[in-house]
Amino acid sequence: MATDLTDNAVASPIGEINKYDFHTENTAVFKARKGVDAEVVNQISDIKNEPDWMREFRLRSLEIFNSKPMPKWGGDIAIDFQDIFYYLKPTDGQGRTWDDVPEDIKNTFERLGIPEAERKFLSGVKAQFESEVVYGSLQEDLGKKGVLFTDTDTAVREHPELLREYFGKIIPPEDNKFAALNSAVWSGGSFIYVPKGVEIEFPLQAYFRINAESMGQFERTLIIVDEGAKIHYVEGCTAPMYTTESLHSAVVEIICKRGSRCRYSTIQNWANNIYNLVTKRAMAYGDSTMEWVDGNLGSHLTMKYPAVYLMEPGARGEILSIAFAGKGQHQDTGGKLVHCAPNTSGQVISKSISKDGGRSSYRGLVKVEEGATNTRCSVVCDALILDPESRTDTYPYIEIAEPDVSIGHEASVTRIGEEQLFYLMSRGLTETEASTMIVNGFIEPLVKELPMEYAVELNRLIELQMEGSVG
Amino acid sequence: MTDVLKIENLHVSVEGKPILTGVNLGIKRGETHALMGPNGSGKSTLGFAIMGHPNYKVTEGRILLNGEDISEQGADVRARAGLFMALQRPISIPGVRMADFLRHATTNVRNPERKEGEELIPMREFRKEIKAKMSQLQMDPEFARRYVNEGFSGGEMKRAEILQLAMLQPKFAILDETDSGLDADAVRLASQSIAEIGGEHMGLLIITHHDKLLEHNPPDFAHVMLGGKIVETGGVELAHELHSVGYDRIRKTYPDAAKLERAMQEELEEAV
Repeated sequence: MATDLTDNAVASPIGEINKYDFHTENTAVFKARKGVDAEVVNQISDIKNEPDWMREFRLRSLEIFNSKPMPKWGGDIAIDFQDIFYYLKPTDGQGRTWDDVPEDIKNTFERLGIPEAERKFLSGVKAQFESEVVYGSLQEDLGKKGVLFTDTDTAVREHPELLREYFGKIIPPEDNKFAALNSAVWSGGSFIYVPKGVEIEFPLQAYFRINAESMGQFERTLIIVDEGAKIHYVEGCTAPMYTTESLHSAVVEIICKRGSRCRYSTIQNWANNIYNLVTKRAMAYGDSTMEWVDGNLGSHLTMKYPAVYLMEPGARGEILSIAFAGKGQHQDTGGKLVHCAPNTSGQVISKSISKDGGRSSYRGLVKVEEGATNTRCSVVCDALILDPESRTDTYPYIEIAEPDVSIGHEASVTRIGEEQLFYLMSRGLTETEASTMIVNGFIEPLVKELPMEYAVELNRLIELQMEGSVG
Repeated sequence: MTDVLKIENLHVSVEGKPILTGVNLGIKRGETHALMGPNGSGKSTLGFAIMGHPNYKVTEGRILLNGEDISEQGADVRARAGLFMALQRPISIPGVRMADFLRHATTNVRNPERKEGEELIPMREFRKEIKAKMSQLQMDPEFARRYVNEGFSGGEMKRAEILQLAMLQPKFAILDETDSGLDADAVRLASQSIAEIGGEHMGLLIITHHDKLLEHNPPDFAHVMLGGKIVETGGVELAHELHSVGYDRIRKTYPDAAKLERAMQEELEEAV
């Protein structure tokens, strides 16, 4: 990677950012210098031509980020925040049609199979390459129904009233250090608004990937599901291998209004050097249902606990979590259910697999606030360990302020059975095929909740992990 | 040339404890052998050792398939060379559908050279075949969609084993109490099925306490195990004798093996 661009950027005073060079080697047209401070944050805001309220939000978030200590729980986070690029803009604007997308980016997408997937049954596709959304499409009929599906940067310009009402309200920058960092330097991500009573039948999808060394990715997603509306949003990630450490820290905020239904499915497969520190939270109002389906593969450390706040009676939250921890990986994942109102219900199902010395931890919170009577909630976590070097832990936190609740918690740890292996091998399967089959069977209850192509992709990723061909 | 499975002076230990103490046995393809003996005499151990279970360590002797020593090979290699064992207690594999498991197994056994990741038998072809086999065995087609042995009744498990036998068509099959836990009708169905799916073309080693299984699959030879050895071999009449009168005569005739049997039993009881 050439360094001249970075040097130029460092030398450029604020206000002269239009001098930035086009970078022909890796398609980047602008890259902020390494590190994060008010200058970099202002620069990002300038390039995006943002309104003052967003600039102020960013700067305030930066202060909060600087004032917060690193979390002392979870995994070991060894990140030099000043040695990371926080913003990189790959092309000079957003591709309107597939033809407008630059060739090398297009090749990457083609390897990911996006156009094909789109042809099949996708309602719309958003893809994030590095920090900026470069390609997007939304089927016409969705537009006619009033569904908004755009990158979040565009939403700040085009839908300021919705953004100002909800952006940063579900997850304020004060929430945690990484949510604050994201709030300061965020770029890209999806914004979706589904109007009252509109049901989107097919999953909406976004693919994205990190593709520059030491490149942080801080996408920001906001989904508003209005009363009685319905949506399934799907997000998948693949990332190439790099040798220096990299940071991915996203924030996803979702509002499920009365009687609505939202499912958010993710499969992430990060390179083994990436810190994946994500905050995901949904507020579910009366009789609405929020479901998180969350699959985590790869990364050096993932800390992610999708949350549902059950705000009004009848709200329901479901969290399905799958984690695969291979060599040198720590998956610290789980979920949070916060019952803030009576007659709310929730369920957490977590399945983790540890292999080759990998470590998976389930960390979950079930909280019942005062007044949230007659709530029901169950937590089931199953761990599968493939060898003696690997490790699994469970950290269930339960805080209950009401006696009239029903909370169930079950945890199991299974070592891959010699008897199972023998049985399958005695039918002609190799040891790798047999253990892959057992692992795929173990996560099958969650996989069948995914759209078919994602289920296929997840099974394929597990196969690759089992073969050890993904580092 | 007829395929031959030959066991020579086989000694097998489990967790360091000797269970088999010198078994000799030869089976030609097309023959049916009944393997009998009191509980704990080593019948299942012999089956697992032939099939290559990693916990059953061969400490002496050989297992030869057509003259080649396979006693160091993994269970998968043996399966692909034409061996099969129907387990007394089949193992459940949650989340894995019978059809997916069997398609993979059938592909590998029919194409022993197949490398991981290579194509499986085409879905359409496989589906047609398994459907035909299941209807032959009077199994509900829904069965193929269920998870392997998960929540199966005793009878369903045994029929699933027979279905696998039918699909994989091994050269040699060990049937470890495939009739146990079944009622009379189910035993009749199972024994007929084994005969129907071409059992007579295989070399069968049937471990059983039942007369019924042998009625439909009359053994050419019956062997009695005691104290980790085959102490007597005879024809079908030996099998009938043991069914009706038990093992007292055997223990009297082979006092050394009976002594060994007692010692092994006592050790087992102490361990418990």
